[in-house]
Order: sequence, then structure tokens, then C-alpha cells
Amino acid sequence: MAQSTNQARPVLEVRDLHVSVGDNEILRGMNLSVALGGVHAVMGPNGSGKSTFTNVVAGRPGYTITKGDILYEGQSILGMFPDERARKGIFLALQYPVELPGIRNREFLRTALEALREARGEHKLAIREFNKVLEAKARAMDFDPDLMKRNVNEGFSGGEKKRNEILQMTVLDPKLALLDETDSGLDIDALKIVARGVNEFRGPDKAVVLVTHYQRILNYIKPDYVHVLIDGRIVRSGGSDLAQELEAQGYEWLREPAEATTGESVGATGRSP
Amino acid sequence: MTQTAEATDRYVRDFDALCEQRAEEPIWLRDLRREGLDYFQRMGWPIGEKRDEMWKYTDVRPVARTEFRSPEAFDTTLSDRDIAALVPFDEGMSRLVFIDGYYVPGPSRVVDADNESVRRLSDAVREEEGLVHGHLGRYSEPGHDASLGLNTAFFRDGVFIHADKPLSAPVHVVYITGDHPDSVVTYPRTLVVAGKHSEVTLIETYLSLGPRNHFTDPVSEIALGEGSKVTHYRIMRENTESYTIGHVRPCLGPGSTYKSVVYQAGSGLMRLNLEVLVEGEGAFADLKGLYVVDGNQHLDNLVSIDHAKPHGTSRLYYKGILDGKSRAIFGGTVYVRPGADKTDAYQEDKNLLLSAEAEADSKPSLEIYADDVKCGHGATAGAVAEEAIFYLRSRGLDEQTAMRLLIQGFASEVLDGIQIESLRTHLQQLTMTALAGVGATDPSPQEASA
Repeated sequence: MAQSTNQARPVLEVRDLHVSVGDNEILRGMNLSVALGGVHAVMGPNGSGKSTFTNVVAGRPGYTITKGDILYEGQSILGMFPDERARKGIFLALQYPVELPGIRNREFLRTALEALREARGEHKLAIREFNKVLEAKARAMDFDPDLMKRNVNEGFSGGEKKRNEILQMTVLDPKLALLDETDSGLDIDALKIVARGVNEFRGPDKAVVLVTHYQRILNYIKPDYVHVLIDGRIVRSGGSDLAQELEAQGYEWLREPAEATTGESVGATGRSP
Repeated sequence: MTQTAEATDRYVRDFDALCEQRAEEPIWLRDLRREGLDYFQRMGWPIGEKRDEMWKYTDVRPVARTEFRSPEAFDTTLSDRDIAALVPFDEGMSRLVFIDGYYVPGPSRVVDADNESVRRLSDAVREEEGLVHGHLGRYSEPGHDASLGLNTAFFRDGVFIHADKPLSAPVHVVYITGDHPDSVVTYPRTLVVAGKHSEVTLIETYLSLGPRNHFTDPVSEIALGEGSKVTHYRIMRENTESYTIGHVRPCLGPGSTYKSVVYQAGSGLMRLNLEVLVEGEGAFADLKGLYVVDGNQHLDNLVSIDHAKPHGTSRLYYKGILDGKSRAIFGGTVYVRPGADKTDAYQEDKNLLLSAEAEADSKPSLEIYADDVKCGHGATAGAVAEEAIFYLRSRGLDEQTAMRLLIQGFASEVLDGIQIESLRTHLQQLTMTALAGVGATDPSPQEASA
């Protein structure tokens, strides 16, 4: 998998990104470059800006970008609505999936897939075709078929909600998938199922950015790159062994004075570690 | 004040003028009518000093000030096809159409098997006088309320359903007000007597053909015998210049089930009193409502459930979608009388505000005078959740589609429970049509000040 990352253009490029929520600056010059074919883990302690990063890439309102840029396939996406970004191939698995009363999971997914397929210039799937795709993907995720008939995430357990996010990812088939702490709150079985979904999804024409606090999920999804986000900046990038180091030593040893990290020294994409 | 006095005089003059026509009516009915008019003459509308807590949020002065004319006879002809276009969901049902209070035979029909059970109220007064006498006005005494009094004094016709077994088809009653240059008033009256273990499905539709102001003062009384089941749909779609002050009075016998779905999209000024009396042990009332309002519409639902006997259950679930400068009031009261032990009552009112200028006021209240009861209530009002919109948009749906899906989802919590598929589809379509303009404007995307 790693060899296919040597593509000329990264699919996602975060350049000197500064983001505030209210008066609070959360991201303070984040740099990251992600190419197709790679699975990147962005790790960091609470409050380091992990969720802000994924939300800002997905276009969630409520964040102010004060400096820097986010490029997707070489083009700035800062002025784009979340749905425009989604139609271009960006997907965010939410840390806290939202309950949607009165909207059935199956209809929701079908409407979304229809919108995306239309944007990609693909033909409209007949309901039967859609059901086939959905059933296959749901089976692969050990997803209770009854949950497809229920309202989106309503009354789902924490694990079911997270699995539903990954199921959406596999059905909607984006190019760039951002997973915001999908592992949090999962027991080991659910974690394995989620990992299986991601592993089946990853491939040479996909990029995965997995944001997590803990190394645990990386036992099941082996990342090509690991980045450490502290205080709104990537302070260290490396291969999957970096995750183990973090597991053993925690994050404190990486908390360096701000001047020690320059934007350009990180974001190791394009080179094999 | 003068205007109000004149408007009151008009009712009295009209009543006197009708006396001759009504010489044929049984004496008890004429007495009942007189009682209704007397109350109105004495008390008038609940305005000024007479405006009490019950009318706190709703000002009926526009109704009090207007001199409404009682239409002479309907001059509108509607074919079966015209009606089918207006109410495209009642195939296979019995259907009775009234325009301006007058029965219209053309598009009306009663399915053969229910011929004995469904008839015009004016016919029933003659043909089943004893039964009508025993029930009419029993559940809505005319001497206590202005609009009840007026309806009783003036109602011309309506529907009488008397079931002693499950009816074979739903009964759809269509009360239409024609297109008139001046303001007219109609007094629809429905009486249902559901005998022991019978089953009745009643749909009442209220429509106006024209865009101008008129006043509808409807009263529906429903008597549920032991173990009977009545499902009552009420679809209120009159024009937004019109006024409605109406009453629904179900009286629940032992072990009976009353299910009601009220759909309100019309009327400029509406007050609907749904007053349920749980008169028999172990009865069940399931009350659902959906109102979809816009512009300057003012809607006031007063729902009271009076648990007079033990082991009763009531569930109330009303939802509102408010746009423009509309205003919706929900007053829900659960009374549990002494001795009505083991009562289980819950009520909830949820409002979705699509505009900053829309306003929803919920006043659920409980008055409990019995022991060992389970009662609860809740009310919410708020905009469509930002996080839900983002969630849908992050999956590729544009804002309008996202909003519509969320609103549809909100409405479906009431509409999905409708067992008649054609009616459910009809109401879903009406809701989406009413909300066609919602979400069309996109605010700015994620702020980028760089």
C-alpha cells in the first residue's frame, strides 16, 4: 500500500492553518499533507485540536479560519459548503453521530448516495440495486439489518452509531475519509468490526485520516503515517512505530517550546518514512 | 363596542328569522337551540372583561366584530371529480359533502353496508329522534360557551353516525365554505354514537373554495360505548383569512379507545377545543396533532383530558412547524378526578420554529386529585438543529434537501401513525407543499476571514 503513495499531488494539503472558535485559537499553524493510498493517524491529547481539524476540513460551521489554507486535489475548499466538499469526495465520520428523528437510516443513505452519484456523473441506482449494495456492505460490518429501518442513530448504542458511520463511509465511497475518534467508546469487538470496515475501504485510490487519542485502534488499522498534534500544530510525524512510542511514553515528551517546530519540517507525505 | 353589539344583534335577528323554518323541528331541539342563543346573547364572546385565562393568548375580537351572514343556499356546484381533486384520498370510503352548511348529494355516497349507520343529521333528527335526542348536546352543553351556543342555535345539518358493529368503511365528511364576496358563517355539526364494541373511522375535512374571510364554528360530539373504538381524523385546511372556533367532545365509555389525529394547515385565526371525557373505566385516548403554519396564522389548541374513572390511559403528542410570523398556542390540561386511581397520562408538545419571528407557547398542566397515578408532560420549541443540518450536508445533501428531510422527519412522527395509507400520503404531500419554500436560502459557508 505504501508504495502507491508516491503520487505527485497530495489529495489533502493543510497549509499553516490557524482556526479559532470564538476568541480561542485552536489550530495554530497546522501543516499536513495526505496522498491517496495512505492511512494517516493524527494523534494527540485532549484539546490539541484534533476534532477542530477534521470538522474544518469537512466544512462544519462555527469555526473561523484566520490564516492558512486547506487544499483538496490542489484546490482551496475554504469557501465551500459541507455538501460541496462531500460531493467532491470528502467524508467525515463524526465523533458524536447525530440522531435524526423521523428519518429512516435506509432512506437517508439512499438520498445521500443519490446526491453523490449525481455529482460524480454516475447513473441513478434503482432501489433494488441500492438495497443489494447496502445489504452487502451491512453484512460486512455485522450491521443489524433492522437498524436500517430505524431512524438514523435514534436509540442506537454508542457502538452502533460508530459502526453506522463506517457503514455510511463504505456505501458512500468517498476519496478522503476523516475519522474523528471513531474508536472512542467502542468495546473490542466493535473496534475490530470498525477496523475491518476501514481496512476493506483503504486502497490506492483512497486516503484515510484517522484522528485518535489512543493507540489501540492502530493495532487493527495499521497506519502508513503517524502525526502528533499538540496545541494546534503537528509536532512530530513518523511511521507506525511512532504510535507505539506514544503509547509507551505519552504525549508530554513531545510538548516542546513552540519555536522548535516549524511548519515545513513536518507533514511527511510523499516520502516513505 | 358598537360593532360588537351590532354583530351580536345580527345573530339574534337571524335566529328569529329561522324560527318559522324550524317549526317542524322537535320541541327539545328548539329548546336546545334557544338555550345556545340565550347563552350567547347573555355572555357574548370572551373579549374585554370576559376574556379569562382560557383565552389569554387568543383574541377573538376579529370574530366578535364581524357581521357574518348565514348563506341562503349553496349556489356552488361541485362534481364528483372536483371533490376528488380536493380530497384525493377517500376512494372506497363513505363521503358526505356539505357546502355552506347544505348537503350536496352529487359527490356524496354511503357504502351499502353502512347505509343504516351513516346519515345526515337533519334526517336523523326525524328518523332516529330518540337516539339523537339522547346524545345531541349531551357532550357539549350549549349553555356554557359562545361558539358552542351559536353552533347549537344555528347548525343546519351535518353527519350522524350510529354504529352497533364495526363499520365497513371510513366515513369522510367534507365541510366546505364556498367563495363569497362577503363574510359568511357555517356551523358544521357531527354526532357519532359508537355502540358497544363498534368501530368507527371518521375523517372530517374543512376547506374553503375562495380566498376571502369566513367563519366556521364546528362542533363534533362523539360518544364511545363500552369497548368501542373510534379513530377520528380532522384535516383543517381553510384559507388563511378565515376564522375557526371549534369544539370536539369525545366521551369515552368503559374500555373504549379514542384515537385522534388533528392536522391543521389552514385558518388565519383558529381555536380548537378538544375536550376528552374519560367517563368509563380503563378507556384509552390517543391524541396526536400536527400543525403547519406560516404568515400571520394564529392557532390555539386547547386540549383537555378529564380522567373521571380509574385505569384510564391518555397519550397526547402534538407537533408544530411554524414559519413566518405565525403563532401557535398549545394548552393541554390533564385532570385526574378523585377516585380516578391508576390513571396513566402523558402529554407532549414539540415545536419547530423555521423563522425567528414565529412563536410557540406551550402550557401543559396537570391537576391531580387521585392517588397512584402516573402523569407527565413536556414541551419544546426550537429551530432545526444546526448539527443535524451539518450532518446531512456532510453526506452530500444540499441545504434545502437537508432542511426538508429534517422537517419531513419531524412531521412523520405524527403522520407515520396514520393507518390509512392514502390519507397518510395526502397529508405528507400537503406538508411538503406547504413547506416548499423552506431552506431555499443558503447562509454563508464556513467563515473564512483570511
